[in-house]
Amino acid sequence: MAKMQSSLKNMVLSLTLISLGASAALGYVYEFTKEPIEIALLNKKIEAIKQVVPEFTNNPNDEMFMLPTGEGDSLEVYPARNGEQIVGYAIKSYTNKGFSGYIGFMVGFRPDGTIFNINVLEQKETPGLGTKMVPEGTPDKPEFKDQFRDKDPSSFALKVKKDGGPVDAITAATISSRAFCDGLQRAYNAFEKGGLK
Amino acid sequence: MSQLQNFTKGFLKENPILVLVLGTCPTLATTSSAINGLGMGLATTFVLVGSNVFIALLKNVIPDKVRIPAFIVVIATFVTIVDLVMQAYVPSLYSTLGIFIPLIVVNCIVLGRAEAYASKNTVWSSFVDGAGMGFGFTLALGVLGSIRELLGTGSIMGWKFIEGDGILVFILAPGAFIALGYLIAIVNKINKSKA
Repeated sequence: MAKMQSSLKNMVLSLTLISLGASAALGYVYEFTKEPIEIALLNKKIEAIKQVVPEFTNNPNDEMFMLPTGEGDSLEVYPARNGEQIVGYAIKSYTNKGFSGYIGFMVGFRPDGTIFNINVLEQKETPGLGTKMVPEGTPDKPEFKDQFRDKDPSSFALKVKKDGGPVDAITAATISSRAFCDGLQRAYNAFEKGGLK
Repeated sequence: MSQLQNFTKGFLKENPILVLVLGTCPTLATTSSAINGLGMGLATTFVLVGSNVFIALLKNVIPDKVRIPAFIVVIATFVTIVDLVMQAYVPSLYSTLGIFIPLIVVNCIVLGRAEAYASKNTVWSSFVDGAGMGFGFTLALGVLGSIRELLGTGSIMGWKFIEGDGILVFILAPGAFIALGYLIAIVNKINKSKA
């Protein structure tokens, strides 16, 4: 087949047809992957909630509600129940003060206000430095975020030692450590102002 | 040129990263660990093969004056497919490669092969060319990622064998330039001694 001439009609026709084909293919793939993507996102959320609150029997995702932080925005709160008893709240918090901007957290509080555990949902920190906020340690070899366990932010100031607080910052990643504290503080503000304590 | 030569030229002789030096932006950005480099390489390979085949198929119905927009539409379609499929089935890899997946659209290698090869050759040769170039790209990214992970964190594929921090600069952007520079020098030496 000879090469198509670059006449206006040919150009319009061929681009239109190619775009049509492309959009049809994309529509098909979108429909096909829509459900798995939703399931993957939901699983990720449920996994994160499971990690940060004590064992629960309800479906926290169905009971989600919003709480204001007092800074003009609201955070998602997932209550965890074992039977009828509230065992904790998972609060989806964030900070924009990370070394590379946005960091998302899932912070779990017990009903008495102590932190149960923290999960970093999303971060773009420097690999090998700021990323040390992600892993979970063992009792023998604690990691950065383990120092927050069982602490009550009303008596345990969420500040690194450089700023006069009690938090041991990650070596060579003070900015990331500060951002981590900022994200926790935001979650605690919502928790406290929402009267969950 | 036999199809085998056509396939293997992307490995050393015409390696897209180390000889043609195309698409260095995603190369430098995603190779902070071996697994990220390989993931990015394989995603790009898929796009490269797909777009090469389709462009070779459509080359006669695409008028010359609108060939670039037409190529970009085909490439963008494949990138979006990769993006959606990765989100659905490998969410953990997707969250680390994140923004670099949509950026495959503007990766010079993909458009470069479409323009320089697929628009002039048969479907089968274009398929082989795309696969060879893609594997060459993946290889370069894998090697670069391994070097940086090894020197920077003392681990490989997430498996740690040296305690402590390693030479942190290799994880950061300057280390990417240093490692890539030496890798290019070594490959040039090999290619020269062969010729």
